[in-house]
Amino acid sequence: MNHELTQDEDDLGRLIACPECDLVYSAPPVAVRQKAECARCHTVLIAPRRKAGKQLIALAMTVLILIVAATLFPFLSIGAGGLHHDASIIEAAFAFDGGLSILSVAVLFFIVIIPATRLMLLIYVLTPIIRDRPPAPLARAAFRLSEALVPWSMAEIFALGCAVALVKLSDLADVVFGPAAWMFAVLVVLVVATDSLMCRYSIWTSLDE
Amino acid sequence: MRVAPMGTRVCPRCGSPLHSRDPLALQKVWAWWFLGLGCYIPANLYPMLETRTLVSSQSDTIVGGAVELAHHGNWGVAIIILVASVLIPVAKFLALAGLAIGVWRGSRRSQTRRHLLYEIVEYIGRWSMIDVFVVAILSSLVQLQALATITPGRASLFFALSVIFTMLSAQSFDSRLIWDSLGGGDGKEDLAQ
Repeated sequence: MNHELTQDEDDLGRLIACPECDLVYSAPPVAVRQKAECARCHTVLIAPRRKAGKQLIALAMTVLILIVAATLFPFLSIGAGGLHHDASIIEAAFAFDGGLSILSVAVLFFIVIIPATRLMLLIYVLTPIIRDRPPAPLARAAFRLSEALVPWSMAEIFALGCAVALVKLSDLADVVFGPAAWMFAVLVVLVVATDSLMCRYSIWTSLDE
Repeated sequence: MRVAPMGTRVCPRCGSPLHSRDPLALQKVWAWWFLGLGCYIPANLYPMLETRTLVSSQSDTIVGGAVELAHHGNWGVAIIILVASVLIPVAKFLALAGLAIGVWRGSRRSQTRRHLLYEIVEYIGRWSMIDVFVVAILSSLVQLQALATITPGRASLFFALSVIFTMLSAQSFDSRLIWDSLGGGDGKEDLAQ
């Protein structure tokens, strides 16, 4: 099958392969709000949204601001027997010391640095696209890195961790959500929205032009 | 997702190295898998949390902590902990091994079901890190001088490493290998190249 296809580069450009199961399709025209799914493994291949670029940038900026703000404010505070203690995200990350301090660095990366980097890369890649300018320098490498960071960006997992910690401590002491905890709760919703809005196929196609 | 001619080494679109099928994919899966399992064992043997209160001091392993909670009648939380930190990681190890063996020796299960299993493993993998985050939150929060303090135990490091290695193992698994057995020897030809 390969030989017929290699003859004409233009024909190849119209073909897409499912990234999960490698079935090859000729890319169909997909209208806004429709989606193209792999017939074999049901991976969503193309799902364009109207003004997705602008919305994605707006969402990414919001999440970025939330992450920065959430690291500065206390996110949980505890009170028991007249004693009181607040904890911020930075303090949570640096809870590991001694031989475990490497874990502090990892936690800081997972919940602050990697999510923030990924969002900044996304904004960098998308801004020229929505303004109909040529892609930013190194935009492809930036988008590739941003996609590689997705599984390691764990801000939303940390947010759920707060809820679990709250349940665990509720018998022992009075635990109160601080401002940062509410920011993280909003952040979870926004991260999910970002993922459902993003159509990789559309972004790569616009980077090709 | 773009299609490139056979033998292309680098993706014309994003510049990442391109393989039809990585001949070492399964070996990478197994290498990360064993590293992950190797870290998961000490993660269960060492204490995860060390709690010091006015009257007592105790260190709990993952299972020990859950048993303790169940003793206090806190069955709900105990079950959540057991499912999240024992059942899911063990199921993940078994599922990845099953998928890798299925590709290696052929499998009677349908491609669709194996693919679904892979997607579940890949999706759930990162959520296991929640345990490490909970330890971080608890030990930064519960610092009430003499009344009660919680410090993280050595198991937290091993647990985090185990989650990272299993995620790498799942990422090295090429889900396309599941489907190659359908394509009339297509995949085998590619592997031989």
